Amino acid sequence: MRPWARLGFWLPLGAVFVWGLVVLLLREDTLRETTFTLMMFVGMASSLNILLGYTGYVSFGHIVFFGLGGYFGFYLLSQQGLWLLPAAVGGGILSGVLAGLLGLAVLRLRGAYFALATIGINEAARAFVSNFGPFGGATGLFVNFQAYQAYGGAGPALWTTFMYLWLVTLAVLLVSALVQGSRFGLGLMAIREDEDAAMVMGVAAPRAKTIAFMLSAFFPGIIGTLYFFKNGNVEPGDAFQLHMSIEALVMIMLGGQGTVVGPALGAVVYQGLRGYLLTSPLFKSLHLAMAGLFLLLIVLFVPAGAVGWLRHRFPRLRKVLT
Amino acid sequence: MILEVHHITKRFGGLQALTDVSFGLKEGEILGLIGPNGAGKTTLFNVLNGVFPPNRGQVIFRGEDITGLPPYEVARRGIARAYQVVRPLNELTVRENVMVGACYGREALPLAQAARVADEVLATVGLAGRAEQLAGSLNVAQKKRLEMARALGSRPYLLLLDEVLAGLNPSEIAAMLDTIRAIREGGVTILMIEHVMQAVMSVSDRVIVLDYGQLIAEGSPEEVVNNPQVIEAYLGDPQMTARLMGE
Repeated sequence: MRPWARLGFWLPLGAVFVWGLVVLLLREDTLRETTFTLMMFVGMASSLNILLGYTGYVSFGHIVFFGLGGYFGFYLLSQQGLWLLPAAVGGGILSGVLAGLLGLAVLRLRGAYFALATIGINEAARAFVSNFGPFGGATGLFVNFQAYQAYGGAGPALWTTFMYLWLVTLAVLLVSALVQGSRFGLGLMAIREDEDAAMVMGVAAPRAKTIAFMLSAFFPGIIGTLYFFKNGNVEPGDAFQLHMSIEALVMIMLGGQGTVVGPALGAVVYQGLRGYLLTSPLFKSLHLAMAGLFLLLIVLFVPAGAVGWLRHRFPRLRKVLT
Repeated sequence: MILEVHHITKRFGGLQALTDVSFGLKEGEILGLIGPNGAGKTTLFNVLNGVFPPNRGQVIFRGEDITGLPPYEVARRGIARAYQVVRPLNELTVRENVMVGACYGREALPLAQAARVADEVLATVGLAGRAEQLAGSLNVAQKKRLEMARALGSRPYLLLLDEVLAGLNPSEIAAMLDTIRAIREGGVTILMIEHVMQAVMSVSDRVIVLDYGQLIAEGSPEEVVNNPQVIEAYLGDPQMTARLMGE
């Protein structure tokens, strides 16, 4: 059966489509800002899910692709004068290519060793960028306010950025759903369950893993560029925040790894919770500790996440919740 | 000859696992591979399907040198393997498990066709009713059948069976033997490692015997059980010897 013949294929896509459309129509700045953050994490969690959920490789330092891709895109934009869209795609391509090269080396590692290597890569990238002249070293880069004039002023520029992010988020969900329902995706899931057995059955694991890694790195590079353009500047401290990697993992685990809806749902719920924790006087400095606690509780009691649990508990929902 | 094995030698550090092993396999044949524990039978399978390359020697499959190819390349050329210790893809359904074999095996089928092949194969091994179940929820005998189904799903020319009868009760063994014969009727050549002697003797056309990594005998089941070298090899295991002598 073709994946797009199922209702579940269209559910997350439709939801994000309508959501973004409503925000674009309402044209309210605060709503746009909160939605921007939410969609950014929906996109990040869903791209990481291609590697973590389908292929079973935990990348702790996935934020490196957001940071480095974002940096490169921002560099193309602010220093080379490229338009936002090609610059963002450039950032994505850099992240994808980097993942391809790294994949050849680190995807030989399995389990905890791979996870540790990805943290190392993130820290190495931060140190590199802090000392890299063209990227502005420790002070980073910023866009001249004049640059926004090309997009019709600062306000319209923010709306354009939001619209691109909305489209990218839709693209991530589409790719995620297509991968999940494809022959390629079946190969990835075989690798997740037992890599050696998968290879004996004919799955070319080294190539499949590298492609999955590249796909999961490509979109964060685009999202990073859009995010830094919206902020107007980028610096090493913002670009390589390890805790964002961990939070993306919490979102995936919360919603349900290996499903299309799960990571998106997890991102929205986690961000909502985070917003509450950050504004509550009691928990405001504890939100990361709470994230850690959540991760622990999920791994211990609902390892399949909310969507995974629902699918298991109510088999009828399987056609709807993919 | 569908498979020719020439002078295979495999060492792990100081351990000589296989020494100068050569044999051939005719198309449509069932060849039994027996030998005491630690004789190198599973190692030989690992060399044949590319899990690790031999130190010396050649594996020729259907006229092509496949020595040292990675396992997924070997699988695509039409060699499938069922493991001794079952390795189901637990979080996938039974059907999806078989589909992996069909999608990535010799015929490299697209998903829809793979699903059809999977259902056919599941019917042959008697798991049709469980296609939608998660593989992790099957019992041991069913997992053994799934292991077979997965190998068959790839429509192999050659099937490597590693102790698929181990851990089954007598009626399950009888059923499995029927399945193995049916697979051969379907034109698949079979090389099987087996410890259940009666079974391997009844189903094999020929038997080869490994001991300490060396091929010590080859011939029909009757010839092999009466071979003094084979009896000696098994003497460390009196029960097995008694069983062999009793055949």
